[in-house]
Amino acid sequence: MSLKAFHLVFIAASIGLAFGLAVWCLRRYAESAGQSDLIWGCVSGVTGVALIIYGRAVVKKLKKISLL
Amino acid sequence: MEIPYTVEARKDTGLYNAKVGIWLFLASEVMLFGALFSSYILLRVGAASGDWPAISLAWPHGLLNIPIGTFNTAVLISSSITVVMAWASLKMHDFGKFKLYMGLTLLCALGFVSIKTYEYHEKFTHYEVRLQDGKIMTGHIQGSPMFWDLKTLADKKITALDFHPDAAKHGAKAGEAPAAKEHAKHAPIPVGEITYLSAFVPKHHTFFAIYFTLTALHALHVIGGALVMAFLWLPGAKMWKTDPERFTNRVETAGLFWHFVDLVWIFLFPVLYLL
Repeated sequence: MSLKAFHLVFIAASIGLAFGLAVWCLRRYAESAGQSDLIWGCVSGVTGVALIIYGRAVVKKLKKISLL
Repeated sequence: MEIPYTVEARKDTGLYNAKVGIWLFLASEVMLFGALFSSYILLRVGAASGDWPAISLAWPHGLLNIPIGTFNTAVLISSSITVVMAWASLKMHDFGKFKLYMGLTLLCALGFVSIKTYEYHEKFTHYEVRLQDGKIMTGHIQGSPMFWDLKTLADKKITALDFHPDAAKHGAKAGEAPAAKEHAKHAPIPVGEITYLSAFVPKHHTFFAIYFTLTALHALHVIGGALVMAFLWLPGAKMWKTDPERFTNRVETAGLFWHFVDLVWIFLFPVLYLL
């Protein structure tokens, strides 16, 4: 597996973490209504979307490099 | 003597030798971290139910600084992006950009270790105190000294401990439900009343033992990876002039290790900080 392929695996895991953290923060917000939980939840969600866009850009830019 | 398969792929593996080597090494690392993760999960599910520290065998919650941990996670994700950029720059024969991105990666590594050091310092200056009347408190000693215990108090001939307790949640008597989040009153505690004093060090609680084992081992990997990349950034970069393809492969191998270290943190962070 090349660095390109491992990077895509890593970005996929990071996207999972970002959305997982967003859900965790928003659930805490629902329980305690803390403003910081809402902000962290939104920031995490936006980070997840940004990582998806980045992942697609990497696939496009490194098209010529093998996955092996 | 020329080392074979540093650039061209071997026919049987389809890879250059260093890549086979790093993946074999990473497979052994998976077993190391996998064993420690398994230990953590077994300790976590085997912990007593209830609120720590009132129930000493319960699992502590909320002791780690989530915003700092999240920031450190962002730092590591950024470093993975920059290390791929560095490698991609070499693939595109842009050595100047490689230097820039590798420098940024090293800066991220330094940032991560610095923040982790701050987090460790926070734990080493945070204490649990048990009193003769059964009251248990967590908090800080005036002046934030590290690693104090009852022996330190005796050696320093301290008669009253200037202690700043945490919120009432961590100041309940054994068996009491957590109270509302309000800070307990600050008052010097006569040393004669203290039956136990310990900082949040590995021997203090199973949680801290596994927390420090996992994060210190991870931090050692970060330092090791940063040293290799610093070599490739400075003295090792000379190879770019004589053997650019081999140098690019070296950077890719270091990048694979770095990604593994970062991936471990992607799992460590939610397990330690959030669950």
